[in-house]
Amino acid sequence: MGWVPIFRKEMRLYFGSPVAYAVATFFLFIAAFFFAPSFIQYAEFSMRAAMQPQMMGQGLNATENILRPLTYNMAVVLLFFIPMLTMRLFAEEKRAGTMELLLTYPLRDGEVLAGKFLAALVLYVFILIVTLFYPATVAWFTKIEWGAVLTGYLGLLLIGGSFLAIGLFVSSTTENQIVAGFGTFGVLLALWLLGWFADSAQGSLRTVVQQTAIIEHMDGFAKGVIDTKDLVYYLTVIAFALFLTLRSLESKRWRG
Amino acid sequence: MIQADHLTKSYGPVTAIHDVSFSVDKGQIVGFLGPNGAGKSTTMKILACFMAATGGSATVAGFDVFRQSLEVRRRIGYLPENAPLYADLPVAAYLDFVAEAKGVSRGLRRSKVADVMDRCAVADMQHRLIGKLSKGYRQRVGLAQALLGDPEVLILDEPTIGLDPRQIAEIRALIKSLGGQHTVILSTHILPEVSMVCDSVIIINRGHIVAQGTQSELVQQVFPAARVEVEIGGPSEAVAAALKALPGVTSVGAAVSGDGAARFVVESPRGRDVRGDLTRLAAARGWELLELHTLGLSLEEVFIRVVAGEEHSPQIVENVQETA
Repeated sequence: MGWVPIFRKEMRLYFGSPVAYAVATFFLFIAAFFFAPSFIQYAEFSMRAAMQPQMMGQGLNATENILRPLTYNMAVVLLFFIPMLTMRLFAEEKRAGTMELLLTYPLRDGEVLAGKFLAALVLYVFILIVTLFYPATVAWFTKIEWGAVLTGYLGLLLIGGSFLAIGLFVSSTTENQIVAGFGTFGVLLALWLLGWFADSAQGSLRTVVQQTAIIEHMDGFAKGVIDTKDLVYYLTVIAFALFLTLRSLESKRWRG
Repeated sequence: MIQADHLTKSYGPVTAIHDVSFSVDKGQIVGFLGPNGAGKSTTMKILACFMAATGGSATVAGFDVFRQSLEVRRRIGYLPENAPLYADLPVAAYLDFVAEAKGVSRGLRRSKVADVMDRCAVADMQHRLIGKLSKGYRQRVGLAQALLGDPEVLILDEPTIGLDPRQIAEIRALIKSLGGQHTVILSTHILPEVSMVCDSVIIINRGHIVAQGTQSELVQQVFPAARVEVEIGGPSEAVAAALKALPGVTSVGAAVSGDGAARFVVESPRGRDVRGDLTRLAAARGWELLELHTLGLSLEEVFIRVVAGEEHSPQIVENVQETA
């Protein structure tokens, strides 16, 4: 149970400082920019539909018109937010030298990593729960498909978890928080943009590139479909990034 | 309790320590002395399982620091150089985290934390953020975290750095009280600290151990001759010649003369006291004996001699003799 003290310490640092609240507030605020226009537009459309009964409100679906794009857009915003959550985790410990003490406590490297990853994940889940405010707002006015919405959130949890794991890895390779933050952003952006290159590729290469792109696997979840392929993709990314982080921690002992 | 065998560590092309071997018995307090960059911290980092040696091996409490690192880490308390702590945590919360990380059970944690805070005199600051503390307090919080979990072995890298004289005295007394049940290895720049606190000394320079033993053993080892400083009012050449002729005198250092008097350092084999002969010599020749005293050999002189001797620079050694 060696991960528990690390987890508790990280939670204390997140929630004992303005970090958690600031990040959650800004995330909610930025999500509002994506939410508000589509919400208002939807309200206008439904008003007009109500005045033209012959249309019978065709094509009006709150889940599909407001919440699906919101899920997708929040995933984009995560590109910028996740690096801010993870950049500190190892880089700061290395810079301040506290890593030296941490690694001489009777804890396995894996336990240290698990404590930090879970703490970041819990903070992220906390932020996701806060954003449930938007679907709840829509649900107040009209009926929404909660199943599809929550599937979208499962997708957000998985893609966010992958981002966090990648961010932890980048943070473990440097002593500089800024480098860790921008490095993570760069890696995430590269994985994101792979999808664009897929269009210019041919044959099986095209499939490979397309399937590697991190956003590609978000589509299904946003539509409310859980595909094993997407599930496996994200879990693989998380496991692989955490494995690399563990290796990076081990190498620290060799290089000193 | 601590056994280092031929430890070697290189950072790329730079060799930090080379073939370092020593052992420390249970309950002993050992001082690690050396100039900056001599390899003290590197050795301590290896013993604390923070990093692996390039060659050689070390055991702490019977466990190999590399292969059984977790077992070793359960038995040590480590204070790295400059006491790196979490600036954003309050003292008590930080120590609670350390106690938990060291596996102190939930029920005992509060009392153990209170106990080390008392012993290191940081209880009055327990709700302050560590980042807001003075250097002296931070250093003592660092020592407190090392003491948590009642480790058998304490590895302290410059524990008294940044403290004021009163705090230094308190921390030294604390460390001294740890001897007996705990085995302590501490590094320092302050030579008198070693004399006051430590049972024995390891002097390391340029990654090599150049001397080790108790303080009196080191003095014997490094200075086999007893030395007497004498100031005689008289013509310096004549005095020097007469001193050299005295039976039992093995060497006479260069004269430092002024105001018609000359000052010499006279060496004789240890155990043979030439002071009586010197007084009689001065009286017989009608010279004034202005001053006569034995030179106490401090650890400082031993340190300067062995470290300077390592540099193979005779000039430095000579200077030491003159100033001594």
